[in-house]
Amino acid sequence: MNKRRVVITGTGAVSPFGLGVECLWDNLLSGNSAVKMIPYFKELGGLRSCVAAVVPEIDVSVINRKKRRFMSPMSIYSCIAALEAIEMAGLNEDQITSRETGLCLASTMGSSAESEAFFQELSRSGSIENVKSTMFFKTMNHSCASNTAQALGITGRIVSPSAACASGTLAVGLAYETIVAGNQNIMFCGGTDEHHVLATAVFDIMSAASCNYNDDPQQTPRPFDIDRDGVVCAEGAGIVILEELEHARNRGVDILAEIIGFETFSSPGDIANSDSQTMSDCMECTLGQAGLTAEDVSYVNAHATATIQGDIAEAQAISAVLGEKVPVSSLKGHMGHTMAASGALELIASLQMMHNGTLIPTRNLVTPDPKCDVINLILIPQNITGSVILKNSFALGGISATILIRRNIHD
Amino acid sequence: MTDAEAIGIINDSMVKEFELDPEMMTPEAHLVKDLEMDSLDFVDLVVILQEAFGIKLRNDSSVRDINTLGDLHGLVLQKKGQLEAEKK
Repeated sequence: MNKRRVVITGTGAVSPFGLGVECLWDNLLSGNSAVKMIPYFKELGGLRSCVAAVVPEIDVSVINRKKRRFMSPMSIYSCIAALEAIEMAGLNEDQITSRETGLCLASTMGSSAESEAFFQELSRSGSIENVKSTMFFKTMNHSCASNTAQALGITGRIVSPSAACASGTLAVGLAYETIVAGNQNIMFCGGTDEHHVLATAVFDIMSAASCNYNDDPQQTPRPFDIDRDGVVCAEGAGIVILEELEHARNRGVDILAEIIGFETFSSPGDIANSDSQTMSDCMECTLGQAGLTAEDVSYVNAHATATIQGDIAEAQAISAVLGEKVPVSSLKGHMGHTMAASGALELIASLQMMHNGTLIPTRNLVTPDPKCDVINLILIPQNITGSVILKNSFALGGISATILIRRNIHD
Repeated sequence: MTDAEAIGIINDSMVKEFELDPEMMTPEAHLVKDLEMDSLDFVDLVVILQEAFGIKLRNDSSVRDINTLGDLHGLVLQKKGQLEAEKK
């Protein structure tokens, strides 16, 4: 029996640039930055990084109040992104609510703002009397998955594989494997996150957050650049609709790309830093699954968050597996690190590159760090040749994940 | 605070929290049938009213007897009056 094949038939995005895949693409193509100085951060003792990329105010009324009342921003973002993806994929209500359709969606954690509000109230009043009934539904770890499934009417399986910054890629990969295994025919998948000072603080405490550009925020983050100084935390949601190939063909829907490989590995040696060998092994395995070699890869969308250590490890891993020719860029320079959303949002952006024939260079990469300059770091937009894209994501916790997609469907 | 002002606060709070149409906020409006509130909305309604007026409703069995917005106004005004009397 032939392996079931999985294709992408819909995408949706809520990014720091605003609503929609088109908005994301237009801003990337224009080389814009969504990074801003956050005045509130300057008031916090010890916090050195005062920049972030946040989603502009959006109209939430498209989501019914009785569904929305359980949602913190991350669930609102994923729900709105899912609605866009549904429209693109042309799915009707029967297809969305079928037991054959599931959802695999993750955030780094439940809503920190909601948890903060609960404990502040407890601390202030010493009582839970004034805590609203919807609080728990915003703080639970699978809040985004459950809320999005509730709003869409999903009745198949729901999985929420939280894995910090690799959550989005992991979710897409696990959704892919779910369809390959024959457990579902359609999967909504991706990642979502809402920004909270906790995220920036976590990186700042580890001296891995960008601190030197608070007064010139659009100059940071600077993936692979000699003057990079760390992560800029961001928020958003990326939703991808995956579908079994024959199922999509029978529907007559446009197929955006095929997923041809996915791997995730752990590096138990260091919980704070993914190691280069594990990154290489992930990339190597996805190529092996697809029966491809390094020469077949047209572009690498790097995780590259602009940390000193992480960018070097990834550049060396890419070099070891793919050599020095394949074009590589990171989108963190445009929109910061959208955390759990990053894997899916950047995969969607990569799909846009593929379909528009233009590779987006890394914003703020001016002078490559010699230790990163072992790969083809593109500095200006380039035409894409070929149709295979490799997407990396790495996370605190020793998690590496790689996904491989191809535009053309080969029989 | 007059009764009319208190009723205004109740109505405004509910319109904001439950995204209700202000024109629906008549004393005859049934909280479930007309305003489409459910059991979790009632929990949150109690929280809002407790915060707004400093009254205690959470463990008050009379909350269960409320059907219409007018019933709610009456209960809140009664509790508010009791609180003010206790303070004197």
